[in-house]
Amino acid sequence: MKTINDIFAESLDIPLADVTDDLSYQAIAQWDSTAHMVLIGAIENHYDIMMDTDDIIDMSSVAKAKKIIKKYQQ
Amino acid sequence: MNWDELITLPVYRLTTKQKSPLFKKALQNLAQYHFENSEDYRSIIQFLYPAQWLNKEVPPLAVSLFKHHLLKSIANDDVFKITTSSGTTSQHVSRIVLDKINIVRQQKILSKIMQQWLGPKRLPMLIIDHANVIKDKFSYSARGVGIQGLSLFGYDHTYALHEDMSINMAAISQFFETYKNQHIIIFGFTFIIWQYFIEVLKKHEKHFKLNNVTLFHSGGWKKLQALAVSNKTFTAQIKAQLGQISVHNFYAMVEQTGTIYVECDAGYLHCPVWSDVIIRSKKDLSVIEELGVEGVIQVNSLLATSYPGHALLTEDLGVIFGEDNCNCGLKGKYFQVNGRLKKAQVRGCSDTQS
Repeated sequence: MKTINDIFAESLDIPLADVTDDLSYQAIAQWDSTAHMVLIGAIENHYDIMMDTDDIIDMSSVAKAKKIIKKYQQ
Repeated sequence: MNWDELITLPVYRLTTKQKSPLFKKALQNLAQYHFENSEDYRSIIQFLYPAQWLNKEVPPLAVSLFKHHLLKSIANDDVFKITTSSGTTSQHVSRIVLDKINIVRQQKILSKIMQQWLGPKRLPMLIIDHANVIKDKFSYSARGVGIQGLSLFGYDHTYALHEDMSINMAAISQFFETYKNQHIIIFGFTFIIWQYFIEVLKKHEKHFKLNNVTLFHSGGWKKLQALAVSNKTFTAQIKAQLGQISVHNFYAMVEQTGTIYVECDAGYLHCPVWSDVIIRSKKDLSVIEELGVEGVIQVNSLLATSYPGHALLTEDLGVIFGEDNCNCGLKGKYFQVNGRLKKAQVRGCSDTQS
């Protein structure tokens, strides 16, 4: 079963070990605005959800992403 | 008002009378902030507009200043991204310094504006460009900024063109087929849509019968005016190829990303609550209060916090047609852009002593 960390690692093309809760948007070159939309696509496909625009803008860290995804799964 | 309050304002519902005092105060505060935090801005104001400044006016800077100076009101360490304009009129491009908070706010404001036209849900999105235009990293072109910014409102982003700008007919047909019963968004730059999409569809006699589509386009009419293609012709040709879809031009610039001016169904551009448009005389740059008179467009935006781009004299000509009474029902100022100012028509702000 794929975890959210796996999805981050795959979408941003970084080692799984680098995916920590406090990893934040734009903190590394790989997580830029283009990769952000790729990441959103991957998350949405995996969890079969459709996020609102505001949540995409607010998804500024791995921890934040986990919180937001949870909201859609309720 | 601070941004926590400003961001809750309704996009198009305040009358000019309701908006004016709020906006004026917020703009003055922002100007004061830049005066204190940007040495370059302070020098420009003190050198060119000391009397206006004392009078609590917010004089506009010529937009071309950003082509020659890297103006910023933040520390070097806080610089997050520098966006650049497409630079259609000269070799020089504008460079806009952004910090994290400014970027997020630009996205949030853009989102508020777009939701007024698209509704709250993201839509399947066809982009009339090629995918590589957004691949550049630290420095973004205006085209990249536009596409990146608008991507937020879509999903299954599909690019209509190949990298050599030739049309990807298979991708387009498949996209329209997949989403034939859904509301979709199409976005591209005006000239690119015309040259590489609509004209090509026309040449190949390719017609689609779409109806639930909202098409947004931006980037200016300069190249199309040279081909004698008006906004009307443009829209009519789109409808001839794609069907009865809804077409909205918008006026925007990289120097004030976020606060875009969207064209309503009555054909006028509308000011969102966070920005303002002023028309100035071509002769002496004095403010023209009278409606319906063409002049140079000044744009004010409360969004420009990391760089002093809150009040800018553009190089575009336009006309304000009215306030609060557009046929479409939206409040605030509505206007049109008539084209670019010829260089000889006006002296730049840096050599004007009005």
